Amino acid sequence: MPVSAPSPSSIAAVAKSESAIVFQDVSLAFEENQVLDDISFQLEHGETKAIFGVAGAGKSSILKLALGLIKPDAGRIWVLGEEVTALPQEQLFELRRRIGMVFQESALFDSLAVRDNVAFRLIEEGGTSPEEIEARVREVLRFVELEHTMDMLPGELSGGMRRRVAIARAIIARPEILLYDSPTGGLDPVTSTTIVELLVKQRDVYRSSSLLVTHRLQDAFIMASHYFDREANKMRPLPPDSQDKVSMSFLILREGKVIFDGNAHDLAHSRDEYIREYIS
Amino acid sequence: MELISPTEFAKDKILAVQEYCLLAGRSVGNIFKRPRYLGDTLQQADLIGVGSLPIVILTGFFTGFVFALQGANTLERFGSLTLIGHLVALSMVRELGPVLTGLMVAGRNASGIASELGSMQVTEQIDAMRALGTDPMKKLVTPRVIATAFMLIFLTIISDFMGLVGGSVVATVLLRLDMAQYWATAWQSLVRDDVIMGLVKPPIFGFIIASVGCYYGLTSRGGTQGVGRATTQAVVSASVLILLTDAVVTRLLMITFAGYK
Ligand SMILES: Nc1ncnc2c1ncn2[C@@H]1O[C@H](COP(=O)(O)OP(=O)(O)O)[C@@H](O)[C@H]1O
Ligand SMILES: [Mg+2]
Repeated sequence: MPVSAPSPSSIAAVAKSESAIVFQDVSLAFEENQVLDDISFQLEHGETKAIFGVAGAGKSSILKLALGLIKPDAGRIWVLGEEVTALPQEQLFELRRRIGMVFQESALFDSLAVRDNVAFRLIEEGGTSPEEIEARVREVLRFVELEHTMDMLPGELSGGMRRRVAIARAIIARPEILLYDSPTGGLDPVTSTTIVELLVKQRDVYRSSSLLVTHRLQDAFIMASHYFDREANKMRPLPPDSQDKVSMSFLILREGKVIFDGNAHDLAHSRDEYIREYIS
Repeated sequence: MELISPTEFAKDKILAVQEYCLLAGRSVGNIFKRPRYLGDTLQQADLIGVGSLPIVILTGFFTGFVFALQGANTLERFGSLTLIGHLVALSMVRELGPVLTGLMVAGRNASGIASELGSMQVTEQIDAMRALGTDPMKKLVTPRVIATAFMLIFLTIISDFMGLVGGSVVATVLLRLDMAQYWATAWQSLVRDDVIMGLVKPPIFGFIIASVGCYYGLTSRGGTQGVGRATTQAVVSASVLILLTDAVVTRLLMITFAGYK
């Protein structure tokens, strides 16, 4: 018996560690409701993948699966080279510290001030001095331009401000992956643009990989066609010849299946009727 | 309304019990694991212990009061009215103190815990906490369980004492008995076994209150309405469990003590 031969699963693990997130033949059902039916996709490092689908298509479920908050009925998931679907609880908590998530309704801790919401992860991890925490909180709140809300409670903020605080909370520990669940959902167009600008800023300043659930196609198109100009502290359109500088892809879910997974160019030239209708 | 088959119903209930036992077990297991949330535990102890003080004092006092009133009637018939202190002390310390304090705190805190964790659950704050790398079992459940179990001991002692005070008011003001004698009989009537029985129950009840509250909170579904439902169910289940456990524990302790004699 060859002693040194690696087991098949460890070979797979090495291959999967190249990507930020890998879904392999994942299925998920809630009782009779088959939400995801054997889906597979990958998110490369530095890539942003926008996920589309009608309400109830399973977009939020994909993000929760990636975090290990729920378990799939079948299939395997790797995140940052770790197999989420096989990880014991304790290590799952370790892995989650390298991922930031912005929930659909922000999910801020409503009994904690903005400052403590944002600092939550640093306080919990320990090992950071109060001065350092204070400085980091100020830094990320400045990033989302909400430094003045430090001592307010989440209930005192508007929907858009809550989203921005949720983004600040997600990025404070400089995660390698960000998961955004409908960050512009239910917001007016102006506020939505501010949020998208933040996502572009986060992507281009910190070079994180991300999954972006959204129902607004234009958000994803803006992300694909803009970059963040750090000197001007503003988002700017990319010159036409350098559109491929940003790594942006699109994934469309329909009835539990991935019916499209590709870049903006492929999407614009898709022949599928449902997709044509979706993007028009 | 949808009809549910009896086997489905039984399966659901057994699953729920299993899930509850898992939560209860882990909440205790976490006591020995890091990180320990001392600050959260103290905060809960303050909220549960100090917050319940007024209601526990009132319940204890009036229970002792009416118990002495009712008991006096019977005792007088046998010409042993002086034993009133004995009667109040034994019943307060062994039964009424622990059970009534347990039920009161269940009404106040099982509901409080269920509604707090329930609203956190339905607004995804629990998921957010897990996403931020913190285990809600350690951060939310264990501190509540420890704090409630611990504080219920003190609340019960206070309730026992207030019951005796209530009894003494009846004895001295209404029955015109000697105050010193009342307290002396009350004090002398208590032996080690009574005190042990009276102090073993509260931490068990405290554990039930907090773990049931957390269970219903964390498993609540369906928005604010779901939270309301969870709150009511938590109080009902905790109260019933307290009464059941009381019967079992009383019987077990009696067997244990009988073995010593
Ligand atoms: N915890 C749950 N229990 C039962 N059903 C759920 C649960 N979470 C989600 N679902 C169902 O799964 C489907 C997909 O949900 P979700 O992923 O939130 O969709 P989306 O985010 O695309 O709107 C929906 O039909 C929803 O009702
Ligand atoms: Mg959703």
